[in-house]
Amino acid sequence: MDFREKMDEKFIGVLTDFMQSQSEESLYAAQQFSRLALEHKIPPEEIVNLQKSAMQELMPDLPPEVWHSFDILLEVMTAYGFAFREYQSLIDTQKEFKNEMEIASSVQETLLGTSVPTIDGLEIGALSVPAKQMNGDYFHFVHDGDHSVNVAIADVIGKGIPAALCMSMIKYAMDSLPEYRKDPSAVLGSLNRVVEQNVDDSMFITMFYGMYELKNHMLHFSSAGHEPGFFYSKQLDEFLDLEARGLLLGVDKDTTYKRYEQQVEIGDMIILMSDGVTECRTDEGFIERETLVSFINNYIDLPPQEIVNKIFRDLEKLQHFQLRDDFTLIIMKRVK
Amino acid sequence: MEIQSCVTILNEWDIVAARQLGRNVAKELGFGTVDQARITTAISELARNIYLYAGQGQLCIDRLNEQGKTGLRIIAIDEGPGIPDIRKVMEDGFSTSGGLGAGLPGVRRLMDDFNIDSNPGEGTDIRATKWLR
Ligand SMILES: Nc1ncnc2c1ncn2[C@@H]1O[C@H](COP(=O)(O)OP(=O)(O)O)[C@@H](O)[C@H]1O
Ligand SMILES: [Mg+2]
Repeated sequence: MDFREKMDEKFIGVLTDFMQSQSEESLYAAQQFSRLALEHKIPPEEIVNLQKSAMQELMPDLPPEVWHSFDILLEVMTAYGFAFREYQSLIDTQKEFKNEMEIASSVQETLLGTSVPTIDGLEIGALSVPAKQMNGDYFHFVHDGDHSVNVAIADVIGKGIPAALCMSMIKYAMDSLPEYRKDPSAVLGSLNRVVEQNVDDSMFITMFYGMYELKNHMLHFSSAGHEPGFFYSKQLDEFLDLEARGLLLGVDKDTTYKRYEQQVEIGDMIILMSDGVTECRTDEGFIERETLVSFINNYIDLPPQEIVNKIFRDLEKLQHFQLRDDFTLIIMKRVK
Repeated sequence: MEIQSCVTILNEWDIVAARQLGRNVAKELGFGTVDQARITTAISELARNIYLYAGQGQLCIDRLNEQGKTGLRIIAIDEGPGIPDIRKVMEDGFSTSGGLGAGLPGVRRLMDDFNIDSNPGEGTDIRATKWLR
């Protein structure tokens, strides 16, 4: 280590300079020295020793008490050096964790990956952004030929790694549902049993499941305690709650889910979200659903993906770029 | 005072005696003041653990001469309760002093070699070496 070898010399230089000038400039040199020393992980007790050796060279005739005083300082600083080393090692561990988390989150992305289908006459925008590295929200589209587009949006109560692990399970449960099970109430019913059997009692999942029939433009949907979405009626120019009742997944294995219907006309929109959107906390408290509606209204003539992106950007800004919960927003718009 | 190579640890004063022993040997072997302070800090930690957790034990200092290298080895032995989960106590932040860098992982970082053997119900044997550079 180059710095280590020249450290004594450098230090003595800084010290003599300051003794002569007491200038800000030489203090600045001392600061630069400490930056290098930190960079080379020189613990504090070695600095004490540098001072002592330098003084022995510069002023060898000081009274013995002065030299003894350095030994006390050395002893005390050795304990600080202990803490300094621990800090270094904790930083290293933290870096390892960070790397692992990054890998985990990209594994999760692959596991949960879903593509947004391109459908003639139905524009879809979707965005899901985790608050931390791992996402506890999940959305999934299944495009079934000319028949229907199915959409699922789910939110694990909880964040981070446990929520993400749980979500991976839901995804696989959903993938293994039999082909004919597209009916929203049946899908939620089966998932409810899976969650009830496999997931810890303290973990709950909300889910909205919709089946959009392409022939007659009818949305069939059921909800397991999920944040209600909006239905935008072009004709009324009004946002209505997509109200659906149902118990959260995993609470009661015998619960059933009611199926609801909504006719979708040209220009109408279906807006689905996780509570990370509505519970976006700002300086003035949670944003209201009306606030969200007014945001959507601002962009109402844009394509759904752009609306979704812009709303995320706005809400991110409102929260000073610190997401407190995972954010998922889906907009489906019938255009012909 | 004659230099003993072991100190029996029974009470807090014995920690001082162990430090003294370590310092004398370290000086004699030619360790500088910074290393002396590190060695005695390590001794303090190990002796204190014996005093706190095992009640009694021995702290010995060995002079090493291997392949032309000179070193000092601290040996801390007790027949106390032992440490059930060594991996855990070797993690940073486990020490009851909580994040002040004290404890066994700190000792390992202060020294060049560190070895710990411990069995519940049988006791603990910790050896830590510092080489003269
Ligand atoms: N000689 C020993 N005998 C039994 N237990 C020990 C001994 N040394 C350490 N331990 C156990 O290991 C833990 C960690 O020790 P240490 O790293 O020194 O941190 P601290 O003493 O601050 O708790 C102690 O809390 C104690 O439970
Ligand atoms: Mg201890």
